[in-house]
Parts: sequence; structure tokens; C-alpha cells
Amino acid sequence: MALHTMTMAELTAGLESGDFTSVDVTRSLLDRIAKHDAQLNALITVTGDAALAAAAQADADRAAGNAGMLNGLPVIHKDIFCTRGVKTSCGSKMLDNFVSPYDATVVERMAAAGAVVLGKANMDEFAMGSSNETSFYGPVQNPWDLECSPGGSSGGSAASVAARFAPAATATDTGGSIRQPAALTNTVGIKPTYGRVSRYGMIAFASSLDQAGTITRTAEDAARVLGVMAGFDERDSTSVDVPVPDYLGEIGESIKGLRVGIVRQHFDEGLDADCAVKVKEAIAVLESLGATTVEVDLPNIDLSVPTYYVVAPAECSSNLSRFDGVRFGHRAENAEDLFDLYCRSRGEGFGDEVKRRIMTGAYVLSAGYYDAYYLKAQQVRQLIADDFRKAFADVDVIAGPTTPTPAFRLGDKVDDPITMYLNDIYTIGANLAGLPAISVPCGFVNDLPIGLHLVGTHFAESTLLRCAHQYQQETDWHMACPEDFA
Amino acid sequence: MSLDKDQVQQIATLARLKLSEDEYAESVKKLSKIVDFVDQLSQADTSGVIPMAHPLDVAQRLRPDEVTEPDQRDRYQENAASVTNGLYLVPKVIE
Amino acid sequence: MSWEVVIGLEIHTQLATKSKIFSGASTAYGAEPNTQACLVDLGYPGVLPVLNKEVVHMAAMFGLAVNATVAPRSVFARKNYFYPDLPKGYQISQYELPIVERGELFITDAAGNEKRIGITRAHLEEDAGKSIHEGLDKSSGIDLNRAGTPLLEIVSEPDIRSAKEAVAYMRKIHTIVRYLGISDGNMQEGSFRCDANVSVRPKGQEAFGTRAEIKNLNSFRFVEKAINFEVERQIELIEDGGEVVQETRLYDSDKDETRSMRSKEEANDYRYFPDPDLLPVEIAADFIESVRAELPELPDAKQQRFVEEYEIKKDDAAILTISRQVAAYFEEVAGATDANAQLVANWVVGELSGALNKDGLEIGDSKVSATELAGLLTRIHDNTISGKIAKQVFEAMWAGDGSADEVIEAQGLKQITDSSAIEAVVDKVIEANPGQVAEYKAGKDKLIGFFVGQVMKETQGQANPGQVNQILKAKLSG
Repeated sequence: MALHTMTMAELTAGLESGDFTSVDVTRSLLDRIAKHDAQLNALITVTGDAALAAAAQADADRAAGNAGMLNGLPVIHKDIFCTRGVKTSCGSKMLDNFVSPYDATVVERMAAAGAVVLGKANMDEFAMGSSNETSFYGPVQNPWDLECSPGGSSGGSAASVAARFAPAATATDTGGSIRQPAALTNTVGIKPTYGRVSRYGMIAFASSLDQAGTITRTAEDAARVLGVMAGFDERDSTSVDVPVPDYLGEIGESIKGLRVGIVRQHFDEGLDADCAVKVKEAIAVLESLGATTVEVDLPNIDLSVPTYYVVAPAECSSNLSRFDGVRFGHRAENAEDLFDLYCRSRGEGFGDEVKRRIMTGAYVLSAGYYDAYYLKAQQVRQLIADDFRKAFADVDVIAGPTTPTPAFRLGDKVDDPITMYLNDIYTIGANLAGLPAISVPCGFVNDLPIGLHLVGTHFAESTLLRCAHQYQQETDWHMACPEDFA
Repeated sequence: MSLDKDQVQQIATLARLKLSEDEYAESVKKLSKIVDFVDQLSQADTSGVIPMAHPLDVAQRLRPDEVTEPDQRDRYQENAASVTNGLYLVPKVIE
Repeated sequence: MSWEVVIGLEIHTQLATKSKIFSGASTAYGAEPNTQACLVDLGYPGVLPVLNKEVVHMAAMFGLAVNATVAPRSVFARKNYFYPDLPKGYQISQYELPIVERGELFITDAAGNEKRIGITRAHLEEDAGKSIHEGLDKSSGIDLNRAGTPLLEIVSEPDIRSAKEAVAYMRKIHTIVRYLGISDGNMQEGSFRCDANVSVRPKGQEAFGTRAEIKNLNSFRFVEKAINFEVERQIELIEDGGEVVQETRLYDSDKDETRSMRSKEEANDYRYFPDPDLLPVEIAADFIESVRAELPELPDAKQQRFVEEYEIKKDDAAILTISRQVAAYFEEVAGATDANAQLVANWVVGELSGALNKDGLEIGDSKVSATELAGLLTRIHDNTISGKIAKQVFEAMWAGDGSADEVIEAQGLKQITDSSAIEAVVDKVIEANPGQVAEYKAGKDKLIGFFVGQVMKETQGQANPGQVNQILKAKLSG
């Protein structure tokens, strides 16, 4: 069996048996990247030498009996995570020259667990986008159809895993940026509960919505990686001190009796009819495994996209003020005065979508508009969170589609921001309420993959992973591989 | 609700973003669309609802008052475009 | 037209923690530029703030010391604006829900009456860095060592009605924060800064006039002068038919005038919103009680006690209690000598303070310890030396010549109390000055001073003045 087709579970077994070494695996994947990434543009930086060194170290550690959970396993980090000594661009010209002096907590923990980092994944600029078309480094192509977008903002992470460049990639999700690309590339993407994974070292977009997660091909691998990423970090005030369950150990449990909620508002004209069919079939599989379904109501869910597009820009407009060319990042040449330095450094360094969101944010926070927009949005956000809480009184998970359609063509939606924003319509609620959610491959429409979306209660990642894993024991959508990347 | 060019200029100034004439035109168009879109929020009945600032209902954790950061100026300043005698340089500011 | 002055003060005091409010970098003063600016202070991508426990403790102490409410829940907010000394492009501060609200303190007004000044609020925020504008050609240099130092911003109600009251209020706050040990109040180093909001209105008018804000006053003297200038400026402006503009002004101490600041903060919309990287600060009632229990005796209470317990003058008690350390010194001396407490007060307020000021020392570095001073005052009390000689002894002690007894011994300064010895000198003086004797006997009583002076001269000042007076009078009347 070719190394690149193996899951982390399979690789770990092979490493343990001595069938191959981490250096073997790493070399094989690096070759693959060299051969195929020109087509996809999924990676901004490849850290080949460091990867081989880390692989050799991992092999030595394993031999010495010191193998961590991710020992010898190649991973790719979304270029939003600070990696010490390595370029960290966040998909932006603003940070094209930025070499991070420190590692994000997520990067530290995975390295300590023995992971081998192959490189940094392409992404929508500053995580703003749903198609990976806003990157300074050019769009990422979807391995399933090179003329299509892989989704965003974690497009590079998703495409890398789908193309078998690595069994796992880290990613981040603010409005759906892990789950949507996972759905569009036939991979598993999980966004944990807000506060479950440390945000320290993860370049901030919208602080109260951002969460780090992972994209893998199986729920089992997601459980393995999440188990390493998750946990309290004293460097992040929003990190929650709640013990991390044994996700990997718990995925085997049955989902008999699991109560699955179906949102009345989801299956309406906004959802592609074929997608609706596939998602309903997936839910039927859950029922065959012993789950029960009931309709739930999320009355304010239609306001989730406008709510998000007030809150997220507001927070990002402030978070991105630190990019001014003074201490790091792009600096305009020959600035006449301070005002010119700021305006041109930022004008040149940021792309259109980022500038648009910064301006939207500045507007909704400005005097005279704060109450009508920002304050109002935070109130509606509370209503949405309350809706979920009420729904979860009767159900354990809420199931539905991850996206309204399968992958769309690159260039299709760039002219109208609203059409692009509506891609996130099913995923955004979970971010607003801070709830964990996962997307699992559940079929193909017009030969393009789509995903089943499951939302859980706070800190119920184990339930989601278990549900996804059991589903994957019954189905084989996730095993499909894009033709050109077999 | 539509924004006009003056408003967009004010916002761009507040946010320290230099835009070209074309970018201004695009921004007026697109920002107006976005503002129109989010105006939907006014439909919601939010009387008596406490605005959510955090999805978690947790209080701020406190850290002990200890010096834990050593001097790493040289390493950190490797990323700065303009430094003299350890100071970050900007065009002269007159107060 | 009779004018009333309305003043509100905003005092920024740096809290004396070891590390910064949101990071573990050091707050020590005087380090090389940017050697105490960690990634959080530099506003690097991806870093996050974590709140310093001691900062909350100190704010709570202050709140209790001014009879304020310590908020059970307070929130940090971002104040957004661009300036090079503000690396994140926003300052983390508190806006709608500050940690301390509705306090008060008492000053003595011009008429000598106690006056209450309300304290609207006190909130926590991070300090910005420093800009250096000289010596860098066409650039300004930014040092972010100070960025992230914790500040407590204390806002008074507009209850202050004169520059003198403003200074009294400022001094009181200065004393309180030093008493509590929450700030060193060092104005030269910038750890205690004051902004004054000044307006005028016709006496009797209820509505406030337009106010101007004078920023960054860093001495009591400047606060007084700046306010006085500004008040005059505003009155003249209005009387000439003009209008006061709401603006920020700076005080130029060289020219003794305020002038409008260049538009640093002109038309700034700060777009405050709760900081999403920080959670609400919750303070439990039992924490507040534990802070209350460990509060030191506060200046007003101590002053009162000194007047009652030591029976010293109110003015002296006021001076002695400006600093907790000086008050403690006073009490140590008073406790170690049988000399009258007022004498102790006189000496601490007089000679000792004079010596400290001359050498630029704080009481903690005094060259004469409390025990040593007590020893000296005991020797005045038991008549070993006169008060005047004591000053000489004190000088020698300050110079390091030993204890009071050692100096007295070494310099042979023991007071002469032997009557026959004094009589002998008096006789000598009377004999040597027949002219003055005659004038004195003729009625020029004031000449007693001359004779006393002569006797003191003869005895190098060591004759007991009381006895000299007595013996002279007796001999001259006979």
C-alpha cells in the first residue's frame, strides 16, 4: 500500500512494526508535493530539510521508546500558525517577509508529540474568504476539479489532505473555514468548542469566533490530532481549563440512542436539491446505527450570516491595526510622514477583501453606528446561542448540510461579496454560539464531494467524533480519492 | 443603506488605508451592499437581550506578578525594517 | 462679571507591579530601549494578553481607600487609534464597566474647611511606549519598554473650584497611592501624571462652560500654574467675545502658558468595544474583605490619631503623615524618647526634613536613624544640651560623627548647669560692659538679650539659657 494513501492510524501501525520509517514517509510525501503542488498551489512554504531532520529524530525517539501520539507523522500547518524560524505569511503580502520568532501553542504541542512538519498551507488572506481566492499567493485548486475552488479559508490545508500530501493539516475556523473546505474536498474537518484549543500563536482574525482545528481523511485521525492540539494554555485568556477526553479511545462507542436534530430552516430553497438528498441519506445511515431524529427549530438562524458579518469585521478591523510596517511586516518605501507610512503600508500590504472587512468593521464600531450594528449583532448572537441551547435540550447533535452546493468554479463568486458570504450559511451558527462542529464526507453531487455537518454541545467533541467515526465504518465516501492524486 | 464616497473616505482614514480612485469606487459599491445586507439585523426583536461578548460564561483568569520574559530585542528586531540604537524608527512626529 | 472655575482631574498612576499588566515583561525603569518589550508588548501577530493578578489587587486597595465601590464585574475594552507608541493600534483600557466607581476624598479648602471631592471612577489600562524625537534626523524613535505598564486612571468629579484645590486633591491622591504601596508616585520618571479639564462659567450658572484639557502635567507646581494660566486665558477669551474651544492643550513650563496640541487626537473616533481576548474580571466579596482587612492606616486617620494621641499641632500632623515612612519614623522617635512629642514633631518637620532635602534623600536613607534622633532629643529633654547646641550636634551626627552622646562628649558640648560656673561668667560679663549695665538699669530691658549673648559667647553656647537668664536678671537688678 502506498505510503501517501495511509491514514495516521495506518502509518502509526506501520512505523511501530518497522515496515517503514518516518524518513521514508516524509521523503515520499515531499516528493509528491514537489510533483503535484504546482497544479494545486496548496502550499506557500515547504520545509523539506527541517522535515527530514524531524523525521529522523522521530525515528530515533520511537526506537528509544519515546514515541508521542504523532510520532513520525507528517502534517501541514495552515500558514496562520506562527512557526519559529519559518516564514508565516497568513496568505498576505503584509507578512510575505515575516519570519516568526516563536511557535504557536498548537505547533509546539504537535512537535512535542513527534509530528513532522512538511510545510505551510496556502489560505485566504488573513483567513477572510470562503474560496481561497483572496490569497496573495494565488488561488488554490480543488484536487477534485482543478477549475474549482477547494473552499476557504483553509483551502490549502484541505487540498493538501485531499491530494494526499499529508494525512493531516491544521486549519482554523471563524465562520466555517475548516468545515466548508473539508466538505468541498471530501475530507473530515472539525472545529472544536471555543476555548478548547489555544489561540496563542494563531494570527487573529475575529477573536471571539476563531478556533483551531484539523482536516484529515478520517474521524479517527481527527481524534488523534485533536487530542494533541486540545487543552488549557495559560497564555490564552480565552482558553478553558477543562480536561481533554481520550478522543481516540472513545470513538469506538456506539451511537445507539443518539438524538439527532434536523433543523427545519435548513432544508429550504437555499440548499441544492441533490445535496439535500445526499445529506438526508447520511442521516438515514445514522438512524440505521441506532440514532433517532427529531425536528428542531432555530428561529433566528437566518440572521446568523448578517450577525457574523458585523461581529467578525468589527473584531478584525481592530486585530489588524497592528500591521503598520513599524515593527514587522510590509513597510511602504519613502514615506513622507507617519500618516503616509501607515496608509500606504496597509494599503499596499492588504488585499481587497481584507480592506473591505476592515472598513466594514470600522464602520460598525464607529460613533453613531455602534448601537445599531455591533451592539445589535451581539444581541442577535445571544439569541442564536439561546436557540441552540433550547434545541440541545431535546437532542445531542444537530445534523444538516455543511454547504449549500458542492465546490463552485474559481472566479464564480468574486464579484459579489454577499453571494460568497452565503456559503457559510450552515456553518456560521456554531461559531457564533462557540459550539463544536464537524464535517464528514457523505457523497458526491456532479462528481464533486459534499459534507454532512454535525454540531454538538460545548465540549462534546467526543460525541461528534464518535458519530462521524461510526458513520465512516458504515460508508466509504471518505475513501474516495481524486483521480489525478491517487 | 448606501454609503457615499465621503463616508468611505472617512472610514479609510480612520483605518489608515490608502485606496486608489478605482478602489474607492469599488468600495463604495461593495460596502453599500454589505451594509444593506447587515441592516437585516434591525428586524430582530432584541429588547431585554444582553449582548454576548463571549461564547463562554467564564471569568478572566489572573496570572501571578512575575517577570518571565527575558530581553530578546535583537531577535525580535530582525523583523523590523528600520531600527537605530534599538529604537523602532518612523517618520518624525511633531507633537 | 464674577466667574467660577470648574476643574476635573484625571490622574494616571503607574502601578508598582514587577511585570506588565498583560505580559510577563519587566516594568523596571531605565532599561535600554526595547529590552523590556516582549512579543505581547510589541503587538506581534498571534499573541494574547493575560491579566496580572497584582494589578487587580492594587486597584481594589485604591477603591477601598477612597470609599469607592470595587466592581464585582468589570470589563476591558479596546480604545482604537493609530500612534507609533501604541503597537497594537489599540489600547486595552476599561470603558463602560470600570473596576472602581463612586469614591471620594477630602481636602482642606482655602478657608481651612474640609471639602469633599468626588471620584467618578478609576479604571485599569495599559501604558503606551515612548517616542524620542531628537537626534534621529528626519525620524522619531520608538521605545516600547513602557508599553504595557499597568496604569490606574483616576477620574475626579468636576468638584474642584481652584488651582489650589486641584493641587491639594492631587497631593492627596499622591499620598494615598504611596501609602498603599501601589505606586511610587515618581513624577520625574512619569509614574504619576495628571491631565486637568478646566472650564469657567458665570457665578450662579448651572450649566458647565466648554472645557479644555491640559495634558501631561507632571509636577504639583505645573498643575497650579497651568490651571491659573488657562483660567485667565478662558476668561479673557470670553470677555473679548470669543468662545472656548473644546480641545487638548499642553503646558509649556518655560513660557508658563498652555497651547493647543497639534491634532494628535483631533476627530478621533475610538470605536470602543469589549476586548474579545479578555474575559470579564470578577471580584468576589470575600476577596474585597480580605483586601480591606490588610489596608494600612490611611493618611486622614493617621493624621487624626497623631493630633489626638501625640497632642501635636494639626499642621505638623498633616506634614508628618504625607508619607507613611515619615510618619513611622516620627512614631519611632516619639516612642523612644521621653521628650515631648511636639518637640519630636518640630525636629522631624524642621532639621531632619531640611537635611534630607539638602542631600536629596528619602527618609529611608536618612543619615540619622530614628533611634539616634531620639537619643539627641532625650539630651535636650534632660537638659544635657540646649536646643541650639542640639542643632550643632545633629549636624555632626548627620556627617557621620556618631551618636548624640558621642558627639557631645567628643566636642565637649555638655550644657553648663553649674550655677557657680555661670555666675562667674555673668560677673565677668557685667564687669566688662559697664555702659550697657547702666543703660539696662536705667530701663532698657531689651538689653538682657545682649548680656545673654555675651554669656553664651563666653561659654561657647553651652550655658543653660534658662539659668543664664535667671542669674543675669538677679545680678543686674541687685
